[in-house]
Amino acid sequence: MKWETVIGLEVHTQLATRSKIFSGSSTAFGAAPNTQASAVDIALPGVLPVLNRGAVEYAIKFGLAIGATLNRVNVFDRKSYFYPDLPKGYQISQLAKPIVEGGALKIQVGETERIIHLTRAHLEEDAGKSLHEDFHGMTGIDLNRAGTPLLEIVSEPEMRSSAEAVAYARALHTLVTWIGICDGNMQEGSFRVDANVSVRPAGQTEFGTRREIKNLNSFRFLQQAIDYEVRWQIETLEDGGRIEQATVLFDPDKVETRMMRSKEEAHDYRYFPDPDLLPIKLDEDWIEAVRATLTELPVAMQARFQSEYGVSAYDAAVLTGSRALADYFETAAKACDQGKLAANWVMGELSAALNKAELDIAQSPVSAAQLGALITRIQDGTLSGKLAKQVFEGLWEGAGEVDAIIEARGLKQMSDSGELEKIIDAVLAANPKSVEEFRSGKDKAFNALVGQVMKASKGRANPAQVNERLKARLHN
Amino acid sequence: MSESSLSALAAQLAAKQISSRELAQHYLDRIAALNPAINAFITVDADRTLAEAAAADALRAAGNAGPLTGVPIAHKDIFCTDGWLTTCGSKMLHNFVAPYDAHVIQRFKAAGMPSLGKTNMDEFAMGSSNETSYFGAVKNPWNTAYVPGGSSGGAAACVAARMAPAATGTDTGGSIRQPAALCGITGLKPTYGLVSRFGMVAFASSLDQAGPMAPSAEDCTLLLNVMTGFDPNDSTSLEREKEDYTRDLEKPLSGLRVGLPREFFAEGLNNEVAAAVEAAVTDLQKLGATTVEISLANSQLAIPVYYVLAPAEASSNLSRFDGVRYGYRAPEYTNLDDMYCKTRAQGFGAEVKRRILIGAYVLSHGYYDAYYLQAQKIRRLIANDFGEAFKTCDVILGPTAPGTAFKLGEKSGDPVEMYLNDLYTIPANLAGLPGMSLPCGFDSKGLPIGLQLVGNYFSEAKMLNVAHQYQRATDWHARAPEGLE
Repeated sequence: MKWETVIGLEVHTQLATRSKIFSGSSTAFGAAPNTQASAVDIALPGVLPVLNRGAVEYAIKFGLAIGATLNRVNVFDRKSYFYPDLPKGYQISQLAKPIVEGGALKIQVGETERIIHLTRAHLEEDAGKSLHEDFHGMTGIDLNRAGTPLLEIVSEPEMRSSAEAVAYARALHTLVTWIGICDGNMQEGSFRVDANVSVRPAGQTEFGTRREIKNLNSFRFLQQAIDYEVRWQIETLEDGGRIEQATVLFDPDKVETRMMRSKEEAHDYRYFPDPDLLPIKLDEDWIEAVRATLTELPVAMQARFQSEYGVSAYDAAVLTGSRALADYFETAAKACDQGKLAANWVMGELSAALNKAELDIAQSPVSAAQLGALITRIQDGTLSGKLAKQVFEGLWEGAGEVDAIIEARGLKQMSDSGELEKIIDAVLAANPKSVEEFRSGKDKAFNALVGQVMKASKGRANPAQVNERLKARLHN
Repeated sequence: MSESSLSALAAQLAAKQISSRELAQHYLDRIAALNPAINAFITVDADRTLAEAAAADALRAAGNAGPLTGVPIAHKDIFCTDGWLTTCGSKMLHNFVAPYDAHVIQRFKAAGMPSLGKTNMDEFAMGSSNETSYFGAVKNPWNTAYVPGGSSGGAAACVAARMAPAATGTDTGGSIRQPAALCGITGLKPTYGLVSRFGMVAFASSLDQAGPMAPSAEDCTLLLNVMTGFDPNDSTSLEREKEDYTRDLEKPLSGLRVGLPREFFAEGLNNEVAAAVEAAVTDLQKLGATTVEISLANSQLAIPVYYVLAPAEASSNLSRFDGVRYGYRAPEYTNLDDMYCKTRAQGFGAEVKRRILIGAYVLSHGYYDAYYLQAQKIRRLIANDFGEAFKTCDVILGPTAPGTAFKLGEKSGDPVEMYLNDLYTIPANLAGLPGMSLPCGFDSKGLPIGLQLVGNYFSEAKMLNVAHQYQRATDWHARAPEGLE
């Protein structure tokens, strides 16, 4: 039987506010346990939550960026369950009236473009951390993270493969970091993905029973977990088994998912509106003020890159993978006025070098202006592609500016035809055998001569010119 | 201390006829003498009180005294107080010391009013008789075989027994007004949002409101001036200009329209209480008021609505008492769930557990719509009834409680009978309206009777004007139990 995979993602993005969503404590990562937990975070008796408007503004910003509906009145609810790292015994979240509803995100899988619709995005507070390893026979509680603002972003179940799920997660990651509402640091848990996965016979309209894979904190794990889960579900069904609704965890070491709790064990969260917090009211002035802080979004920039710089849809999508990358590309492209060439260099030589050195675009040793200057020298014939790569290496090593490196290393493409003729004379004189072979019809011998000329010029000769001049001389 | 109204005490302090330290010592001596019989206080700390009084004296000596600087006050043990135990009447918090002061406490401290200690209360403010306290029942100073009402029973009893010139209380369904009535003192629950709830251990957040308790309406007025004001730490605190509630105290009552809800004078009301309240109406008419009959038809649903909403919020508010971070933890347990179960089973009393169960039930999947949502709708209807009523009257008057104080143990076995004690007080909480209770007579057993005023939103000054004028014409509020010593 042919199966179809159905995936919906719930992504917890940690909002990059300096203080927590309902208290003044810092949200900075990595402090000593419980040093960033105030009376409110510890849930001492009598303390009350006070909403951080910055978190609301980030949610508005997200809603505007995905073209969603912003609920002008939205409400905080209490979600109740007992756990030691949940100090109040309830989490403040939004159930019935989330701040953001609807909206859509464009994803690119290879050359294919798809629109994924979002269900909703709601504000909530994070829980603390339970530290099971560090205390023998006991569990430590760190409440530094308790109360950190989260925007939980829920997609429609519209993805049909792990590749699409990863593309969606990446596009979302790009967007939330692009608009500056999340630092995107997946290792620190700033962007955590839950995947709802089900399978159904191809052509069937109703969904299969889903299982939810919790807390995936890398794109690779997301892909592996979904692939494993899909295989497991299909095998289970093909063996005559049934899928029970459940929450599962992904074990990255064994590359498999395992059951965390079944539907029967699911909590009754006893949601009700939090009486300590007034409904959030969004007025038009507030929304417009936030809209004014939005700069050009990835989708708009992709369209512009295609029309302005003539790059392909795929290249445009890659180049807008992050704000920093897009800015880099555009600075370089403007500096040399060569969009396509700039795109090739950024996605080719530069990306390869950055990957190899495990550096982020923001840490690139070669600045966008330098790359632009380099491309300019290719364009004006000063450098061949090969020489340009040597200059790029120089730039990477911090050997100075483009022209200085060209000068210092003598990498300038030979423009003086007299000098080239002299080299050709010498090469022809030194390789009579090759000349003889060429004249007797062996084309290979020509290439050997070209190689000799290039070598003698230390790569500075223009290959096209070498070809032309050499042919002219040999046919004499 | 023959004359112990707050204004009289303030005048004596201002005239340097007495120091704050001497005044505090006087009340501490009286607490030491009477508290063993009344059990109005959970925590007394004479050294702290005297240190605060000395600080008040220093403030005055430096010329920085406010209107009530140096006048001591007792605080309900629901208010977190830096350095004092805050037990909320529960074993769960028997050892809890907050590292901060509640907003209300901060305000009294800033006014230079020393604390006389923390008063006894029903556990987590759940009760109408003060019998649910982990620290034992409070006795009614008018007759120690009787309850003082609740949940602010310790506050009412200590003021009635003149162990304190004034006290703070909180009122979720009548917890200031009903004990004030049963102990023969004056107590006021302000409009919801007027007094910050920050640092007040939460029972039912959408209903809880702190207020003053003292012998007279004038005293309550002065205390209200201290307590009210916007607090950015409480999102439900109202941002409005600070009022001087004394401004209308001396206004004549001519032209005042008093609304009498027919539902509050119907079946279930004790005859002696009815007669005393009706006599008070006659007194007000003599002062120039007219009466108009009104209807609060949906108020008959107030008790069932309250016993859905208040437990719902309470079940959630009390979730934090889990033995993990502070308070009581069961000494022995086998695993996490067992620790939760034993801690909460041992740390909470029966009434608290009953309400947590009710609350968890009405919020459960499949019951939420039928109970919680339905109750919220009726809550709105009850508020609408008041809105209609205030089109034809300025203040609503009726009994505070259906009867006078009952005997200790008399109703503690029957929760529903106990809940009915708050029949007349709960509607104001559900609507968020201000209400107050003031003494208007005694029954044949010599137990005080209270009448209730309910005003429109933010009409505290009007209510206090009516109460003060009534108290100028009567002396019920000036009477105190005798022979306690």
